[in-house]
Amino acid sequence: MPATGSSGVQATTGRDAAPRVRLEHLDQLWFQVTGTICNLRCTHCFISCAPDNHAFEFLSLEEVRAWLARSAAWGVKEYYFTGGEPFMHVDLPRMLAETLARGPATVLTNGTLLPDRALVPVGDAARRSPYSLEIRVSVDGTSPETNDPIRGEGTFQRAMDGVRKLLGAGFLPIVTATRVWEPERDEEVRREFMARLEEIGYRNPRLKILPSLRIGREAHRDRGYDETERVTADMLAGYESRQLLCATSRVVTSRGVYACPILIDSPGARLGSTLEEADRPVALAERACYTCWLHGAICTNYGGIGRDAS
Amino acid sequence: MTRRDARAPVDVGPPPGPPTGSNGGAPTRIALFGGVYSNHLALATAIEDACHRGAEALYCLGDVGAFGPHPDRVFPLLVDAGVTVVRGNYDDSIARGLEDCQCGYTDPRDNHYARLSYRYTYANTSERWRRWLGTLPESLRLTVGGRRILLCHGSPRHTNEFLWESATSTQFLAWLADAYEADIILATHTGLHWKRPLPPGVGGMERMFANVGVLGRPANDGTPRVWYAMLHLPGRPEGGADLEFIPVRYDHERLAGEMRAEGLPEEFVETILTGWWTTCLEVLPARERSRGRF
Repeated sequence: MPATGSSGVQATTGRDAAPRVRLEHLDQLWFQVTGTICNLRCTHCFISCAPDNHAFEFLSLEEVRAWLARSAAWGVKEYYFTGGEPFMHVDLPRMLAETLARGPATVLTNGTLLPDRALVPVGDAARRSPYSLEIRVSVDGTSPETNDPIRGEGTFQRAMDGVRKLLGAGFLPIVTATRVWEPERDEEVRREFMARLEEIGYRNPRLKILPSLRIGREAHRDRGYDETERVTADMLAGYESRQLLCATSRVVTSRGVYACPILIDSPGARLGSTLEEADRPVALAERACYTCWLHGAICTNYGGIGRDAS
Repeated sequence: MTRRDARAPVDVGPPPGPPTGSNGGAPTRIALFGGVYSNHLALATAIEDACHRGAEALYCLGDVGAFGPHPDRVFPLLVDAGVTVVRGNYDDSIARGLEDCQCGYTDPRDNHYARLSYRYTYANTSERWRRWLGTLPESLRLTVGGRRILLCHGSPRHTNEFLWESATSTQFLAWLADAYEADIILATHTGLHWKRPLPPGVGGMERMFANVGVLGRPANDGTPRVWYAMLHLPGRPEGGADLEFIPVRYDHERLAGEMRAEGLPEEFVETILTGWWTTCLEVLPARERSRGRF
């Protein structure tokens, strides 16, 4: 076995020169609750979700319930629900109610499907729980002109309507935008987002900007990774490995447990069928690992310092 | 798998002065101050209050400087009162001359104010006290009446980990208590005080996690009060331990005047005067964020 350094990173030789990261602790358990099935077909989706992409299927309420029970012994700190579009799952409200009895939860949604029959019980569950329920709404432009070519016709307005409904139900959604603009426009775009959200009644809006992941459809929309964009052992010297999601998380899918929600299309990221099997080091061999290294913990609600933290 | 990850912090043993257990079965009171953030006026008031309430030992869980004026005024108060101090992320940054406070903000506005605060604090902390900050332990362990108490800044595993009440599951806290072999874990860092009983440990020992709050700025509750905690420990393990949160009213208008005279941002002054947080909001979970004004 390779030696483990104090940073939790292992150096390797041979077949795979990619450094490996061990699971420091299972802080976050993710559920790919609707698999790769989504009501939208965004042009930048890194796992190419779509209404007809059944590569990964829905998890059932019983499955989620069983994983929640198993997760207790691992001391999981918080839970995340993603897809696909989680609000396509008719049992999402019950899943969230049961999750919120154990710990905090976050749902990643495109905000276009928030029927009252789902939102009302979800809001009730959130109010009853001592834990926070975070709702992250993905929007990728500050207007229909910039958002809809990526996310689909009419999605900007529908997502803004969704944000308004969430505010009305007592939530403070985190609006999450993928950087599909030039980095130098960050501040301008951020200001535009804040203004648009304040226009619809969101005082002091919460906004998270994510880097784009150059895999899946995004590799064709913009560009893929170039040869220099990969993680090497040298790049992890002095780097806080807990910045990487695979050091603190695992993802439950219909096809097993994966290292990271970004990499479920990569066979090498499947770690096993159980949490015990998935408690093993992850090779940072995928190209998207470079983005995670660069920006750090990009999928969690807070943080994302990346290499600056070292 | 959990045991493997239990990289326990260095056990520095009991510091000089504090209770270590055998006190004839008499109850023990321990005062716990969270981040001081250069609020020397609140610290002086809290020390006096804690002594008046019969505290037998005083601890500070770190972040001595930040946010407030005249950082050097805090250190003599701590030393003269015999307060034992744990190193916070701010203390670590100042001691090592790092570029920022290690709070990990990504929001540009939060980062702007965090930078202003950090640069001011660094520039106004004398070399002597920077060195002193560098000597502080990352955590402390006490044993009182058979209870194992762990004092840390953010969490036992990471100095800058935020443990918010609404974003931290009980099962995670129980894991921390198991992994770090502690019956009572006490932290600060977030700025908001809270406590939670944990499932009993080996032998049925009662367990607890508490965030002791901070003296440096109000608790985002619309009042200028700040908070510390008093741990009441019976002399024997079978008695119930209790942690009481104590509000501190101090001359906050004088502090605001000092902050303005030092040119600190008006947003910081507003927090001291109104009790509402105006900056460093990005890391607040939904529940805690919704209780504030901003």
